[in-house]
Amino acid sequence: MNFGYYPGCALHGSSNDYEQSIRACMKTLGVGLAEVDDWICCGATAAHSLNHKLAVALPARNLAVAQKQGHAEMVAPCPMCSMQLLRAQHEMGKDAGLKAEIARIIETEMDGGPKVLNIIQVFERIGLKELGAAVKNPLKDLKPACYYGCLLVRPPSVTDFDDAEQPESMEKVVNALGAKAVAWNYKTECCGAGMTMASPETVLELSNKILANAAAHGANCLVTACPMCHVNLDMKQADIQARYGVTYNLPVYYLTDLVGMALGLSASELGTDRHFVVAQPGKGA
Amino acid sequence: MSRIGVFVCWCGENIARTVDIAKVVESVAEIPGVRCAMNYKYMCADPGQAMIREKIASEKLDGVVVASCSPHMHMKTFRRAAAAAGLNPYRLEMANIREHCSWVHADKEEATRKASDIIRLAVAKVGYDHALNPIKVPVTRRAMVIGGGVAGIQAALDVAEAGYEVVLVEREPSIGGKMAGLSETFPTLDCSQCILTPRMVEAGQHPRIKLYTYSEVESVEGFIGNFEVTVRKKARYVDIDKCTGCGECSKVCPLKKNLSEFDYGMGMRPAIYMPFPQAVPARPVIDKTQCAKIIRNGCGLCEKKCAPGAINFKDEDQLVKEKVGAIVVATGYKLYSIGKKQESEKITGYGEYGYGKYKDVIDSLQFERIVSASGPTNGEIKRPSDGKTPEKVVFIACVGSRDNAKGLNYCSKICCMYTAKHTMLYKHKVHHGEASVFYMDIRSGGKNYDEFVRRAIEKDGAKYYRGRVSKITEENGKLIVRGADTLAGVPVTIEADMVVLAAAMRPADGIEELAQKLNVGYDENGFLMESHPKLRPVETNTAGVFVCGACQAPKDIPEAVAQASAAASKVMVTFAANELTREPEIAVINEQTCAACYACVRTCPYHAIEKVELRARNGTLIKYAARVNQGLCMGCGTCVSVCPSKSADIEGFTEEEIYSMVEALA
Repeated sequence: MNFGYYPGCALHGSSNDYEQSIRACMKTLGVGLAEVDDWICCGATAAHSLNHKLAVALPARNLAVAQKQGHAEMVAPCPMCSMQLLRAQHEMGKDAGLKAEIARIIETEMDGGPKVLNIIQVFERIGLKELGAAVKNPLKDLKPACYYGCLLVRPPSVTDFDDAEQPESMEKVVNALGAKAVAWNYKTECCGAGMTMASPETVLELSNKILANAAAHGANCLVTACPMCHVNLDMKQADIQARYGVTYNLPVYYLTDLVGMALGLSASELGTDRHFVVAQPGKGA
Repeated sequence: MSRIGVFVCWCGENIARTVDIAKVVESVAEIPGVRCAMNYKYMCADPGQAMIREKIASEKLDGVVVASCSPHMHMKTFRRAAAAAGLNPYRLEMANIREHCSWVHADKEEATRKASDIIRLAVAKVGYDHALNPIKVPVTRRAMVIGGGVAGIQAALDVAEAGYEVVLVEREPSIGGKMAGLSETFPTLDCSQCILTPRMVEAGQHPRIKLYTYSEVESVEGFIGNFEVTVRKKARYVDIDKCTGCGECSKVCPLKKNLSEFDYGMGMRPAIYMPFPQAVPARPVIDKTQCAKIIRNGCGLCEKKCAPGAINFKDEDQLVKEKVGAIVVATGYKLYSIGKKQESEKITGYGEYGYGKYKDVIDSLQFERIVSASGPTNGEIKRPSDGKTPEKVVFIACVGSRDNAKGLNYCSKICCMYTAKHTMLYKHKVHHGEASVFYMDIRSGGKNYDEFVRRAIEKDGAKYYRGRVSKITEENGKLIVRGADTLAGVPVTIEADMVVLAAAMRPADGIEELAQKLNVGYDENGFLMESHPKLRPVETNTAGVFVCGACQAPKDIPEAVAQASAAASKVMVTFAANELTREPEIAVINEQTCAACYACVRTCPYHAIEKVELRARNGTLIKYAARVNQGLCMGCGTCVSVCPSKSADIEGFTEEEIYSMVEALA
């Protein structure tokens, strides 16, 4: 099984632990990831609020180069990237005028481009049964709270993936690994990433609610598929604990971390040793 | 040469202000065939009509053109006048020089010219008019009412009381509809069952009402005055004539844990059950999907227990035919399905409210059962999850209604009222409880309606928040309701014990199939279309089929009942004569030139054209042809446009007439 791979800025920068985890996992599972050559910004940060055409043109160009390089399917693990790519496809799909305009701007004709997958869909493609069969080290002590954040399932008309309000797809993956996902209420709430620069206190407040709800429902770790969520819940957990006078010490994993751990990969192979909240003994890796 | 009289009306100032009447009269008088051109200030007034009558007699007119307002206004008036003078009324035409001319133009010179032109067209047409006679259709003075809710019951009783037989068809095992399951009704808080069940019994025992429960309309043939309806009587497995309604069968049935449809899943019922104690008929029915005897030839306890031997496990669906002259559709509504499962892709549901996931998030009809004395909790307010009395209840209005993002753009009209009622009923039973309402607007138009809402707020202390709820989650047995108070501009979080969602009203399941069987239109939401939203509110575009109740639009009980009586009165009007008279301006097919291609049969939207065999006196087949059923044809003209041999035409609007008008303009 081979996919095109669109890392986006975060996976090459602040969240390169996520890329390390993805690559280690996919290598073990025998899934080939071919990084799209000459990829550029997905447009998630400034473009989408400043210039609509730019916000479509940037992902459109990425889709075009991926298509030219022969990728029928492309994994974009960062949900902001995958949503931007899907939205560009969605908008050009229903507006031929926009599609022609974008083709002119990016100087490339492009017909839809490759099918864009998020990381959960990659595991669904591999097959949960097959994944379960590959498990060497069942995560039976783990009770993860699966956290989807805002963009993995939203807006539903664009992402067309899982239930936007009550998603279950990540739970199915972690349960296939032997873990017991907890039922909780903040799966799709905002972690505050959009306010990181403007209002850091908002991030602390919102992320605190997420951590508190996960802990209250008996989770001993969180799982996410988003680099931004990971930053807020992991890196800022110490600030949150200080500000609200609580102690969570909840490790925050990428979904691929759990898969890797179940496949027998070590913390240093996955990069989980570089996380801020270190797992407690007996509570996972 | 024809002898045509033209009568130009001033309509006071309405026409005369913009049209130079004298000039018009002068110019139309010169049209060949025009015998006289007259004018008068109000042609519709008695002296005007007298002038028409007098001229028809004195000038021996064989055609009349009245140039005045729209034929919708006064065609009948003038045709009556013509008939009174001995002229066939269909040889009178109107030229609309008011709505089509004086009202919409400012330039007098041009308007005058246009008025003359319009009259010229009518003169050309009237020259080709010939005498027509109204069509007579026999009428079966017997009605069918489809749907046995409060609207259907009212319509059936009204028609039956007027002396006509009524066939009342109900899909469920009992009549009563949604109203039978309600607790108290706004704005008087009178008990719903107490006011409805006497009407149900009356309908059930009425000598002129034939009741088919657990039955559905299979097909409809025929036309006004002459419908033949096939009704499917679903296998009930209980002989309702032998059964005494003692209820022993339900007591011995071991399969008691089936969700009760009548309680909207809030209570349980056995596999053989009567939907509710006051059911009419008071006869049980066996759910064939649950009965162990029917599924795998087990059990059979009810059969052994039944003293009159009314149980029949070999029962099968039966088709019965009923001849009726008019049909009233009163199939009512269902609630919008709040959860993820939706029948249409354009409706997404409200996953954020956790309906179907959290037991204590219920819809408004489920709440009615919880408050109802006949409900699963005997009227004590207990929440479904653990049977505790909820101390805080949140009511959310407009769930599905007025929400383009979720697919339904209309207002369900009754939710503001019943939500206010719900808060009252709750507070009357749980005095220390707290009732909160999230609403978009309060729409409480109606007699004593707004006073009722104010009472809920001011006397019973319901807390009203103007705003929407974004999400409901469950924590430690509490429902965390997060919403906005847009008047105060703050977010609101309420830790509730129960949440009641006022789901939108939608037409009942199967409405579109039924509408197609009846040839009745429906709108994008499935509500049946009335013939005119203001002036023909219970008629449909198929003659003899009437609508009432919530199948036509969301409405409350008083409105549904009023509409039902209106539909019943329309049925009585239909039955008032031994024969029905219809306008003769319908399609006619020249059977001699008809090539029997049947393009018209296939395209006729009213299924009004049939295939016939033309035979000689000795019985030999001469040819096949198409023939218009005069009872069904609505005169739309579709057949005329598709007929390749030009054999179809519309009386009063023949191709000859239309072309003569076009030529007159050239």
